[in-house]
Amino acid sequence: MHELSLIANLYEIMEEKAKEQGAKKITFVKLQVGVLSGVVPDFLETAFDIFKNDTMASDATLEIEKVPLKIRCLSCGMEKTSDELIYICFECGSTQIKTLDGTELILEKMDLLI
Amino acid sequence: MKKKEILVLEDLLGSNKKIANEIRDKLTKKGILTINLMSSPGSGKTTLLESLADCLSPDYKMAVIEGDIETERDAERIRNKGIPAWQITTGGACHLEAKMVGKLFNKIPADLDFLFIENVGNLVCPAGYDLGENIRCVLLSSPEGDDKPKKYPKAFMTSDCLLITKVDLVPPLPFDTEFAIKEAKEINPNLKTFVISALKGTGMDELKEYFVTSLEELRAKHA
Repeated sequence: MHELSLIANLYEIMEEKAKEQGAKKITFVKLQVGVLSGVVPDFLETAFDIFKNDTMASDATLEIEKVPLKIRCLSCGMEKTSDELIYICFECGSTQIKTLDGTELILEKMDLLI
Repeated sequence: MKKKEILVLEDLLGSNKKIANEIRDKLTKKGILTINLMSSPGSGKTTLLESLADCLSPDYKMAVIEGDIETERDAERIRNKGIPAWQITTGGACHLEAKMVGKLFNKIPADLDFLFIENVGNLVCPAGYDLGENIRCVLLSSPEGDDKPKKYPKAFMTSDCLLITKVDLVPPLPFDTEFAIKEAKEINPNLKTFVISALKGTGMDELKEYFVTSLEELRAKHA
């Protein structure tokens, strides 16, 4: 339920990057959100819309790419991508599992009007 | 106006991570071990801190940062033990962020051994925010139920240490301590686990030993 504070961080980064480019408007924003990031994409969208009034992004659309979990077993080296959490290696039963992807909360790209 | 697409690739939590790393660096250089306590409301974080105040004094000096949505109540409980405590009231926010801890930085005495940060009671959101701690502890109290680790995996996944609290209440409850630990260790096999009752003093010697050993290791590494 901390999506509003994350969107406040997002707007700081968006405006800083847009100003560096001398942009007047932000028209499109794409985020990567991992399944393990702890945030709910629907709530992010709502928070994004609450924030955008009277900003450079007032007409911007938001796209959220959900990044699945990718793990590697540290015992046998198996790698697996999944939408569900994995605690035990399917191949060897080890619980020594490293998360490679799925924790992202990243502003990937933006479209600007300059 | 012309359209331009730019690649940004910036972490939304990047500014929090940067501040947290600065806090960790500064406190570590002063030889202070920082411990972030996370759990649901009512699982015994403040009672644990009161008990630690008794266990650690007079040999060690501790201070506490208290996070709550409202009131100074927790900080007052800690101050009543003669321990310096500062209350952060978030006014509704569900977690502490590194910049809130950073604002208190100048108040933290340099001759401290342990700085405890009691996060806002919430088993979900605090897990996403590094506060500059050296050790992250998640508490699970017996009345909450032994099925919580897999329902709230991120708190257990990102912690160094699991404290099963209120074990004095286990007998009448359908709480299986072994099962709770097994489930938590499946999520994070590296979790150190302690079974305690802060009110009765059960397991407090082992927990104190873990914190003291961690403090000695931190000081040896940065001496």
